[in-house]
Amino acid sequence: MQQANPTSTQALPADWRDFFALTKPRVMTLVIFTGLCGLLAAPGSIHPVIGFTAIFCIAIGAGGAAALNQWWEADLDAGMKRTSARPLPAGRMQRTDARDFGILLSAASVGVMGLAVGWLAAGILAVSIVYYAVVYTIWLKPRTPQNIVIGGGAGAFPPMIGWIAVTGDITLMPVLLFAIIFMWTPPHFWALALFVQSDYAKVGIPMMPVVKGEASTRKQIFVYSVLLVPLAATPWFIGGTTAVYGITALALSLMFLALAIPVSFRRSVEGDTMKPEKRLFAFSIIYLFALFTALVADRLAFYQGFIA
Amino acid sequence: MTPEEQEEITKRRKGRNIAVGAVLLFFVVLFYAITIVRMGD
Repeated sequence: MQQANPTSTQALPADWRDFFALTKPRVMTLVIFTGLCGLLAAPGSIHPVIGFTAIFCIAIGAGGAAALNQWWEADLDAGMKRTSARPLPAGRMQRTDARDFGILLSAASVGVMGLAVGWLAAGILAVSIVYYAVVYTIWLKPRTPQNIVIGGGAGAFPPMIGWIAVTGDITLMPVLLFAIIFMWTPPHFWALALFVQSDYAKVGIPMMPVVKGEASTRKQIFVYSVLLVPLAATPWFIGGTTAVYGITALALSLMFLALAIPVSFRRSVEGDTMKPEKRLFAFSIIYLFALFTALVADRLAFYQGFIA
Repeated sequence: MTPEEQEEITKRRKGRNIAVGAVLLFFVVLFYAITIVRMGD
């Protein structure tokens, strides 16, 4: 704790709102949603208090990883318009405070998850935090244009952890949920990267459109979108869900592909409005929400006996 | 240090204290609930 010393020239203590901002609350809402869907779609039951604790721990873990990410990237964030107002680059907080806060949140989330829910879910939560903060942020993001593919792995953990919190073991289904988000992330993010002028290049982060060019990025969007079609429906193929989810997943993925095709096979021109890219990006968000909602609806309908 | 700065420090410290207090209270309630539920297992 800092002492109130009227003669020192120390910086002001940081506002609690800046600590809150460090956890990236907006990203956390998506983490909570997908984690909750994994939890609700899993077979078996979980006591509401334990279920709440599991989702809470996933959210706190994501917040801790986000704080560590911003501690490490404070200098990069300072050089980019979108991120320069964050607590660290704006100078509203000590760097070490952000680091310690991130470690505290991460450790607390894993500890509480282990004690209240189970150590398998806690272990995977720990892996996901280390994966995002160390493997992605520190190691690979500044080194390879495949960084988004790798970062997608971090975002794919929450539904898997939610599922395992209920079942206590790793089966094919939670791994499939992981794989679906993993496959979805590159076309989702690269569609955005194509139409948003970012200054990642300025701070030395090798994003795909900058390193490999627009044409290559578009081709890769196509490949991931094609692969997403059978993958998203695999839970149905293996009998993990009924046709309610299966047909919805196929319809959504084909629509995703239909929007990805114009993006994949065109080139932007001077003064391009980038309509197809914007449309694909907007739909990609709806896609994920709808897909996971369908998964939960499928499970609930099955349990209620609406479908055999 | 000017009186304004002193006032700002006091204000922020108070805000942080309230935030930490609220978090602690939340954890007390959460751990109580978890304990009760797990004792029933």
